[in-house]
Amino acid sequence: MRRTTRATRSAIPVTDGAVVFRRIFASALIAALAAGIVTATLQACVTTPIIVEAERYEGGDHAAAAEGLLLLVHSSDAHGAPDGAQAWAPSDGFERSFYTATATLVTAFGWALLLVAAMSLRGGPIDMRRGLVWGACGFAAAALAPALGLPPELPGAMAADLGARQAWWLLAFLATAAGIWAMAGRTVWTAAGGVLLIILPHLLGAPHPERFGGAAPPELAAHFATASLAVAAVFWLVLGGVAGAVLARFDRMERPA
Amino acid sequence: MTTIPASSALSAASGRAAALPAILAALMLGIVVLYGAGFAGADVLHNAAHDTRHALGYPCH
Repeated sequence: MRRTTRATRSAIPVTDGAVVFRRIFASALIAALAAGIVTATLQACVTTPIIVEAERYEGGDHAAAAEGLLLLVHSSDAHGAPDGAQAWAPSDGFERSFYTATATLVTAFGWALLLVAAMSLRGGPIDMRRGLVWGACGFAAAALAPALGLPPELPGAMAADLGARQAWWLLAFLATAAGIWAMAGRTVWTAAGGVLLIILPHLLGAPHPERFGGAAPPELAAHFATASLAVAAVFWLVLGGVAGAVLARFDRMERPA
Repeated sequence: MTTIPASSALSAASGRAAALPAILAALMLGIVVLYGAGFAGADVLHNAAHDTRHALGYPCH
């Protein structure tokens, strides 16, 4: 704000930790609001109807579904709840949509914090177009790479142990993110190392059930997997683009023209 | 003199070092938020975030 025209390299506000945090927090919040609202709308129109359709094949509503079907994703076993004691779940309709939208906004905020923190860690110029590239990389790391081993699944699909799947999902995300980070480095060797990192989780292989199957028709599951990736792509592009634009705006506000 | 690029997340290496604790704090906060929304096992959290977890392709159930 009250800076002189001497644009020395010590951009004063940036060296102050509290200001840096506030700036990351604010830009993440704005990006998350934009991406969250767009994504929640898309989910309500695209993915949630497929989930609801799939639950009809499970033979019941989502809380009571698949009781006694040992391997199916909705079994009470997987929920860890003792029989009969069903935990609270939002009722279908508005309540369910409301909680889904809220969860999507919260998730968007979490990813936005990671994305803007990564942008800040990397340093260098940032604007909307660069933000879009960041968003595309986020999509590759947090959606595309994990989906290669663990396609987005419908309720009622057969699946391996949840802990194992979450661990592999995390590995795929971390390895891909680190790999992309390394590929953006200086030398051909770091780039090669990055490629190896990205391939590694797929060489190890994702945990899969002993046999595939599920309550919903495979056509529905396939539609859901592609719809999920399409929604994730929009989510990440909006998140990255808006975060980049907001950060650029903060930079302009802090520097004299 | 060199001019600073019109917009840079953090312009100088020295600035970046000073900013590191704040960046790490933001990272940690992001991880906590994501864990709660996307991965935590508690039934109530799971049920509330159910459709989001499925829609974004996170392992669920």
